Amino acid sequence: MNLNQETYKLSGANNVGMIALVIGVVGLVLCGVGYAVDHARFFHAWLTAFLFWTTIGIGGLFMVLLHHVSNSVWSVVVRRIGETMMATLPYMFIFAIPVLLGIHDLYHWSHADAVAHDELLQWKQPFLNTPFFVIRTVIFFAAWALLGWWLYGLSIKQDKEGHSFALLKKFKTISAPGLILYAVTVCLAGFDWIMSIYPHWYSTIFGIYFFAGSIMSNMAFMAILVSMLNKRGVLKKEINSDRYHDIGKLVFAYMILWGYMAFSQYFLIWYANIPEETIFYMNRWGGSWSVASMILVFGHFTIPFVMLMGRTTKRSASTLGFFAVWLLVMHYVDLYWLVMPNIQPDSAMPSWMDFAAMMAIGGLVMWLFWRRFTANAIVPLRDPRLQKSIDLVSP
Amino acid sequence: MSDATVKGKIVGALARFDDPAKLLTAAEHVRDAGYRDFDCHSPFPIHGMDDAMGEKRSMLPWIVAGMAFFGGGGALLMQWWMSAVDYQLVIAGKPFFSYQAFFPVTFGLAILFAAFGAVFGMIGLIKQRFHHPVFNSDNFGRFSDDAFFVSIEATDPNFDKEKVLDFLKTIGGLEVELLIEQNEELAVA
Repeated sequence: MNLNQETYKLSGANNVGMIALVIGVVGLVLCGVGYAVDHARFFHAWLTAFLFWTTIGIGGLFMVLLHHVSNSVWSVVVRRIGETMMATLPYMFIFAIPVLLGIHDLYHWSHADAVAHDELLQWKQPFLNTPFFVIRTVIFFAAWALLGWWLYGLSIKQDKEGHSFALLKKFKTISAPGLILYAVTVCLAGFDWIMSIYPHWYSTIFGIYFFAGSIMSNMAFMAILVSMLNKRGVLKKEINSDRYHDIGKLVFAYMILWGYMAFSQYFLIWYANIPEETIFYMNRWGGSWSVASMILVFGHFTIPFVMLMGRTTKRSASTLGFFAVWLLVMHYVDLYWLVMPNIQPDSAMPSWMDFAAMMAIGGLVMWLFWRRFTANAIVPLRDPRLQKSIDLVSP
Repeated sequence: MSDATVKGKIVGALARFDDPAKLLTAAEHVRDAGYRDFDCHSPFPIHGMDDAMGEKRSMLPWIVAGMAFFGGGGALLMQWWMSAVDYQLVIAGKPFFSYQAFFPVTFGLAILFAAFGAVFGMIGLIKQRFHHPVFNSDNFGRFSDDAFFVSIEATDPNFDKEKVLDFLKTIGGLEVELLIEQNEELAVA
């Protein structure tokens, strides 16, 4: 893998994309087998994997929007990673199609006979009905495609034409209202895709819980990618321990945000003790689900909180990379914990279909990501703050 | 510098520099020459000054972390004693030791004690002094306006009143002077 020192394009790195493509195709074949064996279980595995990779893209979109609105300097050198990730979001719509096809296996409210005997579902029907659900999913992806492709295109334009004040202003003019659009669509996506699996359950904080996990997973993904590039001698001068420190601080902060949201949700439901709300946690305490819940408490918050608090852990590529992988695994456990009690109420054991779905979507998404990542410069070359971003010292 | 004729105790030396970059390199030279009791004075903070002066990392984070764990642990212990031992009340049918309910107070007290640790720890760690040799210089007032100063104190084991002025000149000091304590009583004491 070589980096052209003038165009900053990666060359000799096509094998990464090819490996990802092969993994993806093998995963797809396995998913086909899974569908034939047990389609209900397969759709749950697919939904979890789909959510995992979509949330990384959602997090990338947030990172770029926030970068433009806050006029950040530190993130200029790693901006292209977040931008490439958010530009894969529109393709995620293809992976959402199986979710829409499996709507009867995933979402209880989509059955007409279930609604007919359920007053609450009847009351919720104007929102929770199949056509509107599909329309909303299309709207989410349309909004993310609009923001993602627009901002990505402008960023490439900056590479080609150089910096202009008008362009910088345009980034901001798109991003500020873009954040509002983002907030609404991401919260509703969390409500639709995960929360509506349990249509009798209420949690108003759920959208932000979903969002907090997303941005944490994107920061962790960024830390992993940067440390892997550095290990192969790419961007060694441009990305030093100060940038690792910055990324590490945000992984840490977003992980705490997730913990804060998770505890707030749990705490209010525990205190109020209303059966229709507590059933959510009861379902995650029965059988071996209590083990999964404890893994989340300690693995997704307590252990990384203590380990990432110090300065040295965040400044080293290997330790930050390790905890980034750790937190990405925990992010998957979190989504699994949210989705799976619907189909296997007593056992938290993963099935081979979970791995197949992760391979299928992950391989194909990484292939698309890598194609785009290597097609253009891997840093925004002609951003006026690039040098400042490289020189920046993290206190 | 005409003050050199005035009788009194030499308490230090002072040199003025033009700009922050020169102050930074001067600080590195003073550090490399082996001085310990010296300080740099500038109208605004300068990035990289800690390294240039050879300052070690502060131990304050450990104090803050210790205080946070003390505050959080103490809060948990206090609530356990109050709710589960000393005055047991059944609230909403929940167990006496309902740690979920104790978290907000635990968190709050951990933050409060961490803040105490940060503020009082900082005050405790910095060298307490009510007077500094640089105040003997008439020139020094400019440190809050447009000038950058390095001061070396006479308490430094390397301090030599014959050599220090030449040293400050060689590292680029524009106006160098010896700081002389003019208060007779203080000088005697």
